[in-house]
Parts: sequence; structure tokens; C-alpha cells
Amino acid sequence: MTSTSIDFLLWVRGPGFAAAVVIFLVGMVWRLIEIFSLGRKPDLSLPRERGGASGMHTVFRRFLFPPGMLRRGPVAYLGGYIFHVGFGIVLLFFIPHIEMARGVVGFGWPGLPTPFVDLVAVITMVTLVVMLVSRLTDPVKRFISTFEDYLVWALTVLPLLTGYLAYHHLLLPYRTMLALHILAAELLLVAMPFTKLIHFVTLFPARWFNGDLFGHKGVAS
Amino acid sequence: MDDMTLGDLLRQRGVSRRTFLKYCTALASLMALPSGMGEAIARALERARRPSVIWLSFQECTGCTESLSRSATPTVEELILNAISLDYHHTLQAASGTAAEAARENAMQEAFGHYLLIVDGSIPTADPGYSTIAGVSNVAMLAETAKGAAAVVAVGSCASFGGLPAAEPNPTGAVAVSELVKDRPVVNVPGCPPIGVVITGVVAHYLTFGSLPELDALGRPRVFYGETIHDRCYRRTFYDRGLFAESFDDEGARKGWCLYKLGCKGPVTYNACATTKWNAGTSFPIQSGHGCLGCSEPAFWDVGGFYNALSVTTTPLTKPTGIALAAGAVAGAAVAIGNRRKQAATRAGHRRATLADLEKTS
Repeated sequence: MTSTSIDFLLWVRGPGFAAAVVIFLVGMVWRLIEIFSLGRKPDLSLPRERGGASGMHTVFRRFLFPPGMLRRGPVAYLGGYIFHVGFGIVLLFFIPHIEMARGVVGFGWPGLPTPFVDLVAVITMVTLVVMLVSRLTDPVKRFISTFEDYLVWALTVLPLLTGYLAYHHLLLPYRTMLALHILAAELLLVAMPFTKLIHFVTLFPARWFNGDLFGHKGVAS
Repeated sequence: MDDMTLGDLLRQRGVSRRTFLKYCTALASLMALPSGMGEAIARALERARRPSVIWLSFQECTGCTESLSRSATPTVEELILNAISLDYHHTLQAASGTAAEAARENAMQEAFGHYLLIVDGSIPTADPGYSTIAGVSNVAMLAETAKGAAAVVAVGSCASFGGLPAAEPNPTGAVAVSELVKDRPVVNVPGCPPIGVVITGVVAHYLTFGSLPELDALGRPRVFYGETIHDRCYRRTFYDRGLFAESFDDEGARKGWCLYKLGCKGPVTYNACATTKWNAGTSFPIQSGHGCLGCSEPAFWDVGGFYNALSVTTTPLTKPTGIALAAGAVAGAAVAIGNRRKQAATRAGHRRATLADLEKTS
């Protein structure tokens, strides 16, 4: 049948999505069990200070800019904030996304007006491009960048770009672009447990651990 | 009567020149032709000799013929249909049995290479006996009749893409006309049913220009299937503003908000409903409060439910999720055990270093 694009769309909405969710869940459970089961050597030293809430403290304190760093690394700090928040808004408050979530988890939540989400998507993509340029031009960033950094950048920007093109009916027929958009999101989902994208979960225990450790040693974290 | 032109016939049937010109102008604008083309279409159509048309009906419901012939008032579309020399059509012809088949054979012989073949309904391939006409299987009749056709017009989604007979699990092995006819130009005019003016538009284009209209990747005339319902939908502003009906009887539905959440397939459906509308421009499904089913698209009957939003996934995830969590736990536990062993082995392999060891010079 001459329906390649509808077959493609049906695949990404059906078996493709199921496969991506399965890989994501297998990977996340596996990796988290692996990380937490590694354990730490028992620290027999006496805490320098009463550690208390130092771990929890750090989880939240790290959301703030360390003194002076905003000036030294404005792209990393501001860009990081803008694209994370923007990505979150587009992901969680675009009505078709909420409908999709409702289909999967059985409940939804209020969305935001489409033109606003559209604007946020553009800002997010521009920010990501600025961050890539900064990564490529800043000698230090460039030196410490690996293939994985560029891969996760691409995996992050692709769902935004394809979604934007699909919504505006640009470049390809909407159906094909929508299918590509869903596929891009699935690739992101699949890559999440196996790349540094896993930080969306591990950043919290990692911060807590750092805070707790430094609290134990009596130094600021 | 065979020598009469289309213009003569329309006049004879009481269609005023004004009505006819209105039709031609509307058609020209629908086909996105320059405004002057309406008159050119009118001139060409008026002069056109009655083209011989053979209409074959296979696995179909006659809805396509109904769409064309059962308008509330006689329309120019219907009259054009009547005016063409419809030499063979199950539903509309008076003859039956052997006489009917003889009419088809005569038409084929007389206009071999020139007649227009219109097909509605899909063709069963699993067993030729599933659908026969006068003892001739649909596959054989299509092959035989297509041989002398100047072009084939597949009317309706069944003829264009397989349609409802081809829905999962497709018990009859139903296929589209284009799957079987490879050596003749095939135009797909999908829809369940297609809009009457779109059907006659293709015929009018053929009569006016002597050629078939430009087709899209799915073999549909771009002039009618060039834009999505969504892009031309009068409820589009509500989609853009994020205002959606949540059910068919809530406030949003009463206020005419977007039906995306209720499963409207407008964004992926290419058809002219939102512009030409139905029943002499009265309304179309979305205007009457129901989402678009996407009936002019391939496999519209199997695309994940009429009432599921377009972005909703189509495969149930409960079972795969359970399996994935279990598999992840097993994999994680296995790797954890492996890591623990490695740690233990490393610890066991530690050698105690003494001061004496450090002072040794190697």
C-alpha cells in the first residue's frame, strides 16, 4: 500500500513507543540498582560537624549560582537554566503531550496556550544552539567534550526541532514530521539510562551524597 | 443523443448558463486555477463530447455513488454524471444480467483506449470467489476493463487504499486499484465517501484539459487534497489558543472549541471538506461537532481509534511495563552481584605493605 508515512506514524505511536518505554524502564531500573548497590566504604571517622541536613541542603543549594560563577560562565549557567526550564515547559504543558500522557498514565493536567509553548520552544532551541556554539568555541569546553556530549545535545534538540517543524507544517508533510518527532522523543527515551542524560534522576542522590560527605568532613560543598 | 455535447445536455435538462458558470468558477477556484479559467472550463465542458465511462463496483457500500447522485437537490455535479455516457454502472443502469455485461463489453470495444474507468470498492485477492459479477471475479474484471481505459479513477477509500474491507485482519485480502493496475494512470479520489464535487472535478479536469490533474504521493489530485482539514478548519484558532472540548457535551463543545482531544484527525487528513463542505456547502463533520475521522487517508479505519487524540499511543503498555521493570531489576541485580564479586576479589587481592616494602629499592 502507498501509505509508508501512515505506517511509520502508526509504528512510532504503537510498537515503537512500547519498545522505547521498555528499553527506558529496563535501563533505568538496571542502572539505578547498579549505582546504588555499589555502596560506599564505611566511614569510620567522627563527623567534623553534626552533618544533619547537609545532604538535603546541597540538593537545593546547587540550584543557586555559586558566587561569581554567573559572571564567569553566563552561557553555562543562564543557558542551562533556560533550556532545562524551556524543555520542561514544552514537554509537560503542550496540550498534545498532555493528551499522550493521559493515554499512557490515565490522567492529565492543564496545559498552556499553544503560541506560548511555541515561543518557549524557539527560545529553548536558540539557547541550545548558543550552548553548542559556546562548547565548540570555548577551548576548555571543547577540550573536555566527548562524543557523548554532542550526541546528547543532538538527542535533546531533535524532538524540539521536529516538533516545531511538525506543528508549523514545515519541510515535510505533517504526518511524516509528526512520526519523526515521536521517533526523536523515543530515541531520547532510549538513550536516557545509558548516557549522562540519566542525570535527570541521579543528580538528586549525587548532590545529596556530596553534601552529606562534605558535611561529614566539615567543609562547604 | 450521442452526438450531443455536454452543454446541449445540461441545457436540455434545464441547467441555466448562470448555474453552470457558477459551477465552473467554483471548480476553477477549488482547483486553485486563475479566475479566468472558470470560463475556459465552461467552454471546454460545453463542447466536450460525452466521454464513455465504465463504472465498476467491487467490495463497496454504494456510498460513493450516493455521495455523487443523492444530493438534496439536483446539482450540476449530478447532471454532469448523468451527462457522461455512463455505459456501465450496477446501481444506476437499467439493464441487468447478460444485457448489463454486454453493455460493458460494447463500451469497451467501441471506445477502446479512450474510455474512463471509474472504480469504487476494493478488490479481494485472498479468494476470487469472495466477490464476483456475472461469474467473473473482481480481479479478472478489473484487469480486463483497465486494459482499454485511458485512465482509471479510484473513487472512495476502498478503491484508493483498500478501505474498510482491508481493515485488520483483512479477511478477503482486499487491495486498492493501484495495487493491481500498474500500466494505466490511476487517480485516487479517496474519502468515505469522497465529496461529490471532487469526483466530478477530476472528470471535469479530464474533459477540460484532456489530462489528469497533478497528483500527490498517494495518487490524489493535489488540487483537492493539497491541504489538511486542520489548516482550513474554522476551529483552528481554538487549537492555537489551546482551547479544547473535553467531551462531546461540555462547555467547550458547546462553544465550538477544537476537537483535537476528542480524536479529531484533521491535522493529518488531506481533503477539501473544510473548504467545500457537504450538502451544498451546508456543513462538514467538524462543524456538526464531531472530529474528523481521516477518511481520505490510508488505513484510517485502523489508526488507533476514532476517539483517541492523535498524539496518543496505540499499544497498551501495562504488560510491557511490568516485564520491563522485572527485566531491569534482574539485570540490575545481576550486574550488582558481579560488581560486589569484583569488589570482594579486589579486597582479597590487597597485599599488606610494610615500611620495609616501601624502603626497598627495586
